[in-house]
Amino acid sequence: MDLSQFKSRRFLVPGLIILVLLVLLATLPFYGSDYIVILLTAILMYVIITVSWTIFSGPTRYISLASAAFFGIGVYTMALLGKVLPLAAVITIGASISFILALCIGLLTLRLKGMYFIIFTFGISELIKNFLLWYETNFTLTVGRWVIRIDHDQVYYIMLAIFVVLMLTTYFIRNSRFGLALESIGHSEEAAAHRGINVTWVKVIAFAISALFMGAVGAIMATRWAYVDPRTSFNPLLSFLPVMMAIFGGMGQIYGPILGAAIFAYLEEFLITEFPYHYMLIFGSVLVIAILYLPNGVVGLIQKLWRRRRIRAPAP
Amino acid sequence: MLTTVLDILIGGLITGGIYAVIAVGLSLQYGVGRVLNVSHGEFIMIAAFITYSLYTLFNISPLISLLICGPFLFIIGFLIHRSLFQYLRDTSESMDIFEGNSLLASFGLLFIIQNIALLIWKANVRGYTYLVHSVNIAGAVFTTNRLIALLFAAVIGAAFYLFLTRLRMGKAIRAAAQEPTTAGLSGVNIKQVLAICFGLGALMAGFAGVLVSMLYQIQPTMGMEYTIIAVIVVVLGGLGSITGSLIGGFILGLIGSLVTYFDPALSLVAYYAIFILLLMVKPTGIMGK
Repeated sequence: MDLSQFKSRRFLVPGLIILVLLVLLATLPFYGSDYIVILLTAILMYVIITVSWTIFSGPTRYISLASAAFFGIGVYTMALLGKVLPLAAVITIGASISFILALCIGLLTLRLKGMYFIIFTFGISELIKNFLLWYETNFTLTVGRWVIRIDHDQVYYIMLAIFVVLMLTTYFIRNSRFGLALESIGHSEEAAAHRGINVTWVKVIAFAISALFMGAVGAIMATRWAYVDPRTSFNPLLSFLPVMMAIFGGMGQIYGPILGAAIFAYLEEFLITEFPYHYMLIFGSVLVIAILYLPNGVVGLIQKLWRRRRIRAPAP
Repeated sequence: MLTTVLDILIGGLITGGIYAVIAVGLSLQYGVGRVLNVSHGEFIMIAAFITYSLYTLFNISPLISLLICGPFLFIIGFLIHRSLFQYLRDTSESMDIFEGNSLLASFGLLFIIQNIALLIWKANVRGYTYLVHSVNIAGAVFTTNRLIALLFAAVIGAAFYLFLTRLRMGKAIRAAAQEPTTAGLSGVNIKQVLAICFGLGALMAGFAGVLVSMLYQIQPTMGMEYTIIAVIVVVLGGLGSITGSLIGGFILGLIGSLVTYFDPALSLVAYYAIFILLLMVKPTGIMGK
């Protein structure tokens, strides 16, 4: 990569904004209240799951509903190994198991397209959940497990670190031959294969990379929950939400899913505190409205309004 | 020995009959309208609760509730398709995008319906007893309500099948499923047919809900479980095949009954295992082309 690229103004302004944001986020525990830190941890969790979902499903347009499986595996890795191994090791193991599982799922589901792929990924997640439920009730005789508690500042920093690595990965994938290959699979898989792209390999690797981050975030999030069971760890909502958030934000731009997840996570928090009895009802309505009226997401809407303003404004 | 076999067999047929009714509505909604309605289970739940309320408050027999819940849910389903899914169909660029979007929209619906039910009926587990005399069939004992449920499941399934194959409307529906554009050219009012199909799917969910409430305990969050069973049966029978889901329901019921005999907690795991294996080996299901 040529360094002079970064000196040009095209990179200077966004680069500076990102740097300022990162510094603000990194120093948050020093000036923000505990509430803000915990809220941002939750927001980061959704952002990471959504962005990592977009790595695979964004360009290829395969809708995966296996997010809950990868996340839950992370959660259970922490529940089982958290007391034995150091934190970093557990997160790495959780991420690796999710990665390997995604490789296996990817290789098994090559023939499946469209609705079959969606249903299959959802089924995998539910299979693991139900198997775990059965195993825990029959053999370990405990449905739930206690997880080690960690200081919330530390959780926040780990979450932020995962987020930064994820964003770098996303950026490099989007600007690489690998990213182009994914993109072309989304447009036409057959054409991509004819151009000499190893379609299978590209899809499986992208799927596994996205699972890796979900596993990592599951592992660290488990420490915030303190008590986990298969139903909450493999909650199907965790499979559907990333899809919703990514669509809500808009998948065309790299910051769309971030925006979508952040707005959604905040909305959820706000609704829970303000309307505890009606919050899921309102949430569902927002979902339906977003799908109906925001086909290109919030980013698409902003772009549209922006363009309209520029057309209306007289030319200088 | 014979008693055990009968126990598993008839038990499986009862569960299977209900599964078939649960699944056939979803099959119709996906097969014709391309909407994989994940809120299908919520329609079942609503019908179950209406039946419960009618029985406990006004002493209206669940069998009469069939005639109330079915049409009521048909109207709701019809209106939802007319407003929500038709709009999505018109605005989506391709059928694949529509399938994805309609799945997500129905997921939003799931929340809306479930939480309305939670507000009305609260989160408690409920149930009522109706016709629980025991009937002895060659040593295997069944309660009357389960046998009645089986009878009604069979009648509903058969009537539905006859409707699709014999009546004019049924023909229009099948035409719309195979070739929407050509069916439209031949004078089938596609928008009307699609909305009716979705309504009929909701109607079947309504019937299923009434039968479910007769046999099992109910709660507002139960919908997802039934949606999942419906999806498994529909895939087992072949996505979009009505006959397939009717047969698939009975097959899954028998498998469930067999597994439950050995370890009741394992039945859901077994369903998923079959489901995953099926998708890997023959994703088109038993009746798929």
